[in-house]
Amino acid sequence: MQTIDLEAQGLRSLNETLHAQSADTNQTAWEVVNAKGSHAIAVGLDAPIEVTVNGSTGYYCGGMNKQATINVKGSAGPGVGENMMSGTIIVEGDASQYAGATGHGGLLVIKGNASSRCGISMKGIDIVVHGNIGHMSAFMAQSGNLVVLGDAGDALGDSCYEARLFVRGEVKSLGADCEKKEMRPEHIEILKDLLERAGADAKPEEFTRYGSARKLYNFDVDNASAY
Amino acid sequence: MKDQQHKGIPTTTPRQSATFSQDVNSDIRRAAATGIYDIRGGGAKRRVPHFDDLLFMGASISRYPLEGYREKCETKVTLGTRFAKNPIELDIPITIAGMSFGALSGPAKEALGRGANAAGTSTTTGDGGMTPEERGHSAKLVYQYLPSRYGMNPDDLRKADAIEIVVGQGAKPGGGGMLLGQKISDRVAMMRNLPKGIDQRSACRHPDWTGPDDLEIKILEIREITGWKVPIYVKIAGARPYFDTTLAVKAGADVIVLDGMQGGTAATQDVFIEHVGQPTLACIRPAVQALQDLGMHREVQLIVSGGIRSGADVAKAMALGADAVAIGTAALIALGDNDPKWEEEYQKLGTTHGAYDDWHEGRDPAGITTQDPELMARFDPIEGGRRLKNYLKVMTLEAQTIARACGKNHMHNLEPEDLVALTMEAAAMAQVPLAGTNWYPGKGGF
Amino acid sequence: MCGIVGLFLKDKSLEPRLGEMLTDMLVTMTDRGPDSAGIAIYGNDAGTMAKLTVQSDHADADFATIDADLGHAINAKVSSKHKDTHAVLSLPADKLAHAREALREIRPNVRIMSAGDSIEIYKEVGLPKDVAHRFHVEQMSGSHGIGHTRMATESAVTTMGAHPFSTGSDQCLVHNGSLSNHNSLRRKLRREGIHIETENDTEVGAAYLTWKMQNGSTLGEALESSLEDLDGFFTFVVGTKDGFGVVRDPIACKPAVMAETDQYVAFGSEYRALVNLPGIEDARVWEPEPATVYFWSH
Repeated sequence: MQTIDLEAQGLRSLNETLHAQSADTNQTAWEVVNAKGSHAIAVGLDAPIEVTVNGSTGYYCGGMNKQATINVKGSAGPGVGENMMSGTIIVEGDASQYAGATGHGGLLVIKGNASSRCGISMKGIDIVVHGNIGHMSAFMAQSGNLVVLGDAGDALGDSCYEARLFVRGEVKSLGADCEKKEMRPEHIEILKDLLERAGADAKPEEFTRYGSARKLYNFDVDNASAY
Repeated sequence: MKDQQHKGIPTTTPRQSATFSQDVNSDIRRAAATGIYDIRGGGAKRRVPHFDDLLFMGASISRYPLEGYREKCETKVTLGTRFAKNPIELDIPITIAGMSFGALSGPAKEALGRGANAAGTSTTTGDGGMTPEERGHSAKLVYQYLPSRYGMNPDDLRKADAIEIVVGQGAKPGGGGMLLGQKISDRVAMMRNLPKGIDQRSACRHPDWTGPDDLEIKILEIREITGWKVPIYVKIAGARPYFDTTLAVKAGADVIVLDGMQGGTAATQDVFIEHVGQPTLACIRPAVQALQDLGMHREVQLIVSGGIRSGADVAKAMALGADAVAIGTAALIALGDNDPKWEEEYQKLGTTHGAYDDWHEGRDPAGITTQDPELMARFDPIEGGRRLKNYLKVMTLEAQTIARACGKNHMHNLEPEDLVALTMEAAAMAQVPLAGTNWYPGKGGF
Repeated sequence: MCGIVGLFLKDKSLEPRLGEMLTDMLVTMTDRGPDSAGIAIYGNDAGTMAKLTVQSDHADADFATIDADLGHAINAKVSSKHKDTHAVLSLPADKLAHAREALREIRPNVRIMSAGDSIEIYKEVGLPKDVAHRFHVEQMSGSHGIGHTRMATESAVTTMGAHPFSTGSDQCLVHNGSLSNHNSLRRKLRREGIHIETENDTEVGAAYLTWKMQNGSTLGEALESSLEDLDGFFTFVVGTKDGFGVVRDPIACKPAVMAETDQYVAFGSEYRALVNLPGIEDARVWEPEPATVYFWSH
């Protein structure tokens, strides 16, 4: 395990070192200490390495991640895993707003709660939140899966496209053009796999699926009030 | 009435209302019939004070002009000198503004790249990501970072020569976009992770930051991902240019792109285009003032766009303090958009050449703002590229002609004091004297 | 656009360290607001005297004999503690209103930052670390305090444009965000007789709360109604003699993190601001909900 002291070495050095790792590196395990809520930790990684961040992070931890596995042993600030492409990010604590925003792929696991706008504009990422999520989550969500073991806040899935939203607990309110959907066998399969990969102790059958009512897909004057 | 005419009593001629003009009435009828606001492409069509209302004084006895063609007048510009390891060097101070693959056809994007390369300047991606063709055809490519993040990925981010964080667009400060379903082809849908054929709505704010304090952190993240190599531009609409420029600089921008209300868009509400935002002419001085107040004029470069059409416009924008300009609509016209040779087809679409603005519908007879394979095939990217190169060369020569006439061996040495205004409005907005006086509105001593 | 920090101590043994802890939090938020900084400290040394914190750009001249001159004007004993551009005047509580009037006469250039039993507000243009240092904030003790670092959006970078804004006796407000209807509201409040000094949006927010409370609202009620009447983006932190409160607009885009332990409740625009607090590793850390008023008091 290689250790990088963020306070001593600085952010540029941390990211530069991690960027220098290639697909066939032998140094696959990295530890970041003294994170102290700093921003842009381990952003833009593109190698199958494992980075453990000790402590809580600031904005955009693991932003645009590819391939890497990032484990935050604390809570994550706004935009954790924003626009990630692949790989895995696991947050042991809570995540602030915009978790997994615009993510195109990979798996983001939040063991605690996620704040508002979780999965905003998601584009293929899978997000599993063990706790609750805040308001405006999955706003304009395009594709991918958002799984919530707890409750969802106001306006879930507002203006969403083809993303699948699975919530086990209560949904405070649904956003415009979001509706409850039938849970079909293929959804149970997807959910089973995601729960397993996210280390979540829950049964797929306990969840309700939500998704786009598709009424905003092509303008219709009768739906104008939803705009 | 007829009876009266028969009796020889004089009648008034039918009179159209200035308030309820035929234009306005047609808009009311359209709204009543459809129930949706008018969506269109392009920029503001109304007349606003513009560069045409300014003139250069030239040189004679008190100043000495440079000899055209022999005495050098430099046009090179370097963008992104503040933080980037690799600033962008352009041969001419005219760049191609962001226009997306999706809004434009692939061949049209290719032509923009070819023309810009030949003229020694850059092109810019748009909402929808970067296509390999676009990267391949543009020697210098600016990658837009937009609220929608369609097609956004770190590989393309690292392939870019600069990154432009789009906060606003002159056509719609504070607004998102709407690309109607007709243009969402298989490829566009795939690039944007959207089902084919549906209306694509774009957000008005970025999904993961709001305000300058957050923007500073977003810029840090992008710099870390790209290793501090390439310049970060921040594009703002002509909304509150003094404050917005100040805050973009404080947040860490290398370059400010300032788009006035005449700047075009692929599609948005007509009411937005015509009623929100300030004219380009009115935006430049406040933005330059902000840079000067921060001691950053020429350190953070300013690119001005929105209604730039000729070398005279380029020279005027630069005299007011811009480092470069960007063109969008003008580049499309150079490629062949709204060309009279398609008049018959424009008529079929209920419009006429010069007025065609339904770019979002994908039925462009010129094959430029479309994804329809048959229409696209009408457009030859090599010929289009050649035309754009010619046009850029002409604009550059025109701008140099003016700069030499004002005695400048570098375009950057043009000053506001080289200009006079023809109208009070232009004098006030550009803060240059009304022609024949030494006064402009807002300046004391009247 | 800005950084906010706040610290409300439950554990009295931490009170001597309030200024030191708050200064560390404040300096961490420098990136969010490098233009100016300010701090409101609620001292635990409140005796029977009231405190008036005043500021002057010509402090030496204005403050040299201010205690004697003001004392003479209001016919009471006034003592003065001079810190850089600020001075804290102690005087009998029932003479506060009189003192404000008298100051306008005898020291027209002196500006009142705060008034009350325990509040002291210090704010100036400059980097947070420099501002905190000028006023020796790190040496101050108290029961709670609020700090602010400012990145000015539209109004001027001046002392009076810095936060916190005083909203009434022992009350203050700081803000992160940008209000979009502050001009109309300023006109309305001025018509109602509320004194507003700057073109700053936050001052309007503060004046709004003052106006509501003058008309009988509690602070909690005033904050509730601010959700209806203020447009735009805001996270507010308010201080009172006994405690502090937090409210975010219904959209809640501007960041806010809170932490609570047996010893304190802390607020930061970012978690970074909280990392050096004692026992933060085991604190309950959460983000305040949109359109919800939070309040802690002693």
